[in-house]
Amino acid sequence: MSDPLAFSTTLQANGAEPLIAARALKKTYVVGDVDVHALRGVDLEVERAEFVAIVGPSGSGKSTLFNILGGLTPPTAGAIHIDGVDLTRLTDGERTRLRREKIGFVFQRYNLLPTLTAADNIALARTIAGNVNHDDPEFNEILDLLGISHRLHHKPRAMSGGEQQRVAIARAIVNHPAILLADEPTGNLDTENSTIVLDLLRDLNGRLGQTILMITHNPEAAAYAHRIVHMRDGRVAGGP
Amino acid sequence: MLNKLVVENLRHRPVRTALTVLAIGLQVTMILTLVGLSRGMVQASVNRTRGIGADIMVRPAGSALIGLSSAPMSEKYLAVIEKLPHVAVATGTVIHAVGGLDTITGIDYEKFVEMSGGVRFLEGGPFRSEREVIIDDYYSRQRNLHPGDTTSLSNVEWKVAGVMESGKLARVFVPIRVLQDLTANTGKLSVIYVKADDPKNVPGLLEALKKKFPDNPIYSMEEFLSQLTVNNIPGLNAFITVIVALSVIFGFLVVFLAMYTAVLERTREIGILKALGATPGYVLNILVRETVVLALVGTFAGILFTFGTRAVIMNRYPASLTQVIVPDWWPIALAIALAAAVAGTAYPGIKAARQDAIEALAYE
Ligand SMILES: Nc1ncnc2c1ncn2[C@@H]1O[C@H](COP(=O)(O)OP(=O)(O)OP(=O)(O)O)[C@@H](O)[C@H]1O
Ligand SMILES: [Mg+2]
Repeated sequence: MSDPLAFSTTLQANGAEPLIAARALKKTYVVGDVDVHALRGVDLEVERAEFVAIVGPSGSGKSTLFNILGGLTPPTAGAIHIDGVDLTRLTDGERTRLRREKIGFVFQRYNLLPTLTAADNIALARTIAGNVNHDDPEFNEILDLLGISHRLHHKPRAMSGGEQQRVAIARAIVNHPAILLADEPTGNLDTENSTIVLDLLRDLNGRLGQTILMITHNPEAAAYAHRIVHMRDGRVAGGP
Repeated sequence: MLNKLVVENLRHRPVRTALTVLAIGLQVTMILTLVGLSRGMVQASVNRTRGIGADIMVRPAGSALIGLSSAPMSEKYLAVIEKLPHVAVATGTVIHAVGGLDTITGIDYEKFVEMSGGVRFLEGGPFRSEREVIIDDYYSRQRNLHPGDTTSLSNVEWKVAGVMESGKLARVFVPIRVLQDLTANTGKLSVIYVKADDPKNVPGLLEALKKKFPDNPIYSMEEFLSQLTVNNIPGLNAFITVIVALSVIFGFLVVFLAMYTAVLERTREIGILKALGATPGYVLNILVRETVVLALVGTFAGILFTFGTRAVIMNRYPASLTQVIVPDWWPIALAIALAAAVAGTAYPGIKAARQDAIEALAYE
């Protein structure tokens, strides 16, 4: 068990388990003397190539769930497996590697590095993952799909929000992650750009089989997904 | 790609980058100028001392190898030495400090000329009366003095008699009797210079003098000059060490502050890198590379500045200060700048590397 991430490939091969499997997942933040129960027992399963929307009121724990799924923070209790990897047992270093190899994040605020051009933002994600092969035909196809090929040599501040978010999506999927986690990806966009981004996500899911989890407050955005998961008070409410 | 990020980060904040480079440059200049001055001045002093043309020097009993002493040695010594066999010329001088590093030297003009093998005047000529001064061309330039002008030294007005080519013992000369009387050293000398009739008689003469005056420090000129180094000047190395230490602290603080603000300002970017799967080492690596670039460019700038300080010194203080360029110290200055800069990055860098990704991403 020296390499828990590598262990996953064998499980992945037999495909017996869902891509994401969470049981009674809990996360408690301790702020001073107060315990904040952000997740109070989440049960969730996501299959490969699913497109899932997560909705729920503010403070219901949606982002917290993403932070755990994305390996940014460990859960307090419960079980969580991604691609066969038991996230409760990972060290900090192993969670870093999980983010690098299996997760792509898209944020409401785009979060591109301001000093680098769009192309370099994407290239940086590749080098961090140790991916130095620059001729990735599939990736060029994705750039065409995203419709940002002509904007690649601009810095973020010279780009519209919609363009920045498309670059952020390209960066998130450049290393072929198992899961794309998008936290309110259209939260800062107007209707037109939201539609472009949502169409894109649906295309990525449909054409490439990219598994996507998307947090949204917008029912129209949620309608793009195969399935909608409702969260309330740190739990998944109802649903299948 | 990593290097591109480093360069872009530095370019993104041109003013901070320029100021940091400037500060590191000043740190390096401070060290190199100080070392260059120490060496330059010692070298200039060696050259001038050699220029007197003596073979042996006799100093007052109890005086240190290097250092100014007034004139506690009786002129009677000179009379005795002049009568020793194989002595071609012997002459005494009186040295008087006039503030800062400047001195005036009292000479017996006729003997001085005889020993040094002639003096070349660029303007004017030898003393014609008591209250006259002969200066060298550097001093003339620094103080803008020419024959006929008067200058005040040691609270006495002197008329400039002549400007001579530099390289003969000192830069400012007055008649020895006048200086002896002015400094209440009538009949006393600071140093006696002795020239042998033939170079091969120098060792024998040296022995004879040592036997005759066992209490006085007596050196052959070569021996004396070989001792005249930065290392042998009392306190100079300690002084250099203090300045180097101060400049290390200065460089450390500047880089610490620059990197600390950079890390704070880039909190979110560090969060982004972590979300992309960058390890703490990767984040630290970026900052250390930035620092190394700053230190390299800063050192280069600092080296260039030393040519500037040398030009200014040559222009403004040609007589008081001499600075040489010290290429052998360039790598040392670079190592000092790098060490200070990397030390300055350690805390902000580790702070950045350890930053919690979620908190960093939430940072406004
Ligand atoms: N780092 C933290 N420290 C302390 N409490 C936190 C932290 N992060 C989240 N919380 C708390 O956990 C609860 C869930 O927060 P979370 O951000 O997951 O909600 P959310 O569903 O994403 O809300 P929103 O729709 O506003 O983004 C909230 O009460 C929040 O204040
Ligand atoms: Mg949220």
